[in-house]
Amino acid sequence: MTAPLARPPRKNPQRRSRVATIPPRPRSRVALAFSARAARGEFQLQVCADCGAVAYPPRDACARCWSVDLRWQPMEPAGELLALSVLDSSTNVYFRQRMPWRVGTVRLAADVSVLAHVHSDVAEGDKVRMIARTDKAGQGVLMALPVEETPHMDDDPQLRELTCSPRHRRVLLTDIRSSVAQALIPMLKESGAAIIFAGLAEPWKQNDAVTVAVADECVQLAELNVTDTGSVRECAASIGHKVDILINTASHVRPGGALDQPLVEARREMETNYFGLLRLLQYFAPVMRSRGADGANSATCWTNLLSVYARSSWPAYATSSASQAAALSLAQAARAEFVGSGVKVMNVFHGPLEDPWYEPVSPPLVTPAKLASVTVKGLCEGLEEAVAGDIATDVVNRWREDPGVLEFELQHEREVD
Amino acid sequence: MSRGGARQPYDGVVAAVPVTVPYERYSHQSAHWWVGRAMKALAQASGLKPDEIDGFCVSSFSLLPDTAVGLTQHLGLCPRWLDHIPMGGASGVVALRRATRAVQAGDAEVVACVAGDTNQISSFKNMLTSFSRFSQDASFPYGSGGPNANFALMTKAFMNRYGTSREAFGQVCVDQRDSALAIPFAMMKKPLTLEQYLNARIIADPLRLFDCVMPCAGAEGFLVMREETARALKLPAVQVLSTIERHNAFSADPIQLRGGWEMDRDELWSQAGVSPDAVDLLQTYDDYPVICAMQMEDLGFCEKGGVDEFIRGHTMTCDGSFPHNTSGGQLSTGQAGAAGGYIGLVEALRQLTGQALGKQVPDARVAVVSGFGMINFDRGVCTAAAVLAGPGKAAGVEAAAA
Repeated sequence: MTAPLARPPRKNPQRRSRVATIPPRPRSRVALAFSARAARGEFQLQVCADCGAVAYPPRDACARCWSVDLRWQPMEPAGELLALSVLDSSTNVYFRQRMPWRVGTVRLAADVSVLAHVHSDVAEGDKVRMIARTDKAGQGVLMALPVEETPHMDDDPQLRELTCSPRHRRVLLTDIRSSVAQALIPMLKESGAAIIFAGLAEPWKQNDAVTVAVADECVQLAELNVTDTGSVRECAASIGHKVDILINTASHVRPGGALDQPLVEARREMETNYFGLLRLLQYFAPVMRSRGADGANSATCWTNLLSVYARSSWPAYATSSASQAAALSLAQAARAEFVGSGVKVMNVFHGPLEDPWYEPVSPPLVTPAKLASVTVKGLCEGLEEAVAGDIATDVVNRWREDPGVLEFELQHEREVD
Repeated sequence: MSRGGARQPYDGVVAAVPVTVPYERYSHQSAHWWVGRAMKALAQASGLKPDEIDGFCVSSFSLLPDTAVGLTQHLGLCPRWLDHIPMGGASGVVALRRATRAVQAGDAEVVACVAGDTNQISSFKNMLTSFSRFSQDASFPYGSGGPNANFALMTKAFMNRYGTSREAFGQVCVDQRDSALAIPFAMMKKPLTLEQYLNARIIADPLRLFDCVMPCAGAEGFLVMREETARALKLPAVQVLSTIERHNAFSADPIQLRGGWEMDRDELWSQAGVSPDAVDLLQTYDDYPVICAMQMEDLGFCEKGGVDEFIRGHTMTCDGSFPHNTSGGQLSTGQAGAAGGYIGLVEALRQLTGQALGKQVPDARVAVVSGFGMINFDRGVCTAAAVLAGPGKAAGVEAAAA
């Protein structure tokens, strides 16, 4: 049974923060396809299209029939732990800092053997449930978990290295006026978040929802306006060193096409969705990056809530899509700059929200509660990409299948009356 | 898979001039320096000049960005036969195999086979991080234990399956240490007891400190030539009775419990015309004792799964009932990179020609040398073995007197 993780003691400010180290990062090009899937929490391996053989480690040609037509396919995440070793020695500093470390040989149901990290509740000979996740190097790895849930299993130190669990961590919601931020509060609490900082611009403008949200004992108000550089700077100076998880809930959206959207609205979208993110990155990310290995409540995840139309423009919301695409581009760059720090960047893609500014859109709209729950689940599972709601899932699937066709399709998806 | 005709014997060709460049724990020199010293030692011991060596075969991990090609220019060689064998622990036997055929066919007169590596402070880690693509993609990210982790899992699986005891593995290490005490440059200089072996600090459960080799710098080499050339040069020489080589055997096995020797051992013994009981000494590849045990089984010295009893029934020192890794092997002398794939072969050549550096096995006539190399992902890929026959103790004494 996993020992429950105790709440970390208050940090001695005179003690040096542990320098972030990472597991080995280099991978072959084919293995990056495994990492890209692991970032979405998908356990996929290559399967030969000609003979059906499963290939692992990732290959360029089938070891049974030499076909080069190897396709990534979801695998049954089941296997058996053939052998377990507890390492007390490693050539890599990241692992040396975290010894002992459990690794094992797992025979998958797909009849291939893999090496994997092994959860402390798994014993040699046990059946296991496999997960694929990105590690602190941002690369895909496999971990063998118990088949059935065990008490406090998420507190296993090796599993916690792969996830961004809010447990005992401090979370900043950058704009508490957003209905998603308000929905996130109880869910983050439920997941064990220690403190929730609620960013609020112009705090003298209160409303009922905000008053209710910030009344919670876990919630601390933080004056923050992502469209104001000075405000972001001051907020970061005040609480930046305590932010373990940042969820950017600030967003500005207006319906309108490229030809008719007033420039002032388009500019406000960019100010919030793109420049807001850029300001947050410039003032909050450096300190988060320095705290990526700072004990059990290290900085762990930068979360962006992005419209799925960041992937491909929805002409009915042309300027909004453009600002979201800009934000996504920035998020991709930020992920690269966080590499080596142990902080993940998670993008949660969502479709039109149940929100006044999506009023003319026909259902199925995604509720703030749904977006919030997908976000918290993504943190708990350590994902770098999650998708909330039916529309977003549909768009993402089509984008993966053929982004060129999706662009044509979206030209005609003017669901706005 | 069946072969066509019977394999040709290795008649008329011999291996001679075993050389070892004394090992050092760390070296700031390059692999080229170590290989160069081995070549010098071969020339000195044989009396051959560089231009009389027309075949060259090298194995090394730390030679990059060079290969055997770069070494020809670096060392001023002008060979008409050149080989580079990247098979780690199987390199020695495979080099012998290739070189013997080259000389027999007349493609070369004298082949120098050399393996050498340096061990700079960061060499070992650098070698592990870029060891192979599969290891980079699917093994090294899991704890970066290197071979310790792979062999820990193999040892665990082997013990679970066959009930082999830690004591049996320990006896292999303890007996090898006895032999190593006579080798002046061995990394391990103190006697080892079974208690010390069993209670040593854990490296990767179930492996403890004395299950693991110490990386070091060093080089090993030998010459392959026609029998009459060796006679003319008055070099005590060893005949090759048979060899086998196999790669990526039993790839469907879920975890490695056996090696390619099992596929080819019948041929090894039938070509050699001897049986395992005729063997006076065995040199196994010994980066971890489980591999020694696997070779003893898979080469047919005992039944599969019977190695625990076999080891406990023997003493494996030079004067014991089953002399094994008689120079102390890598476990006690050190692992000088690719030279670890030569240490057993070079030691066998010495023992069979009465030129032991350390303790001499009495009346050593027939030796088996076995190689195992390259944990490409989760298991060793290359296996090889050779049966060698020496001229006998008398010939060695004669040569030493001359």
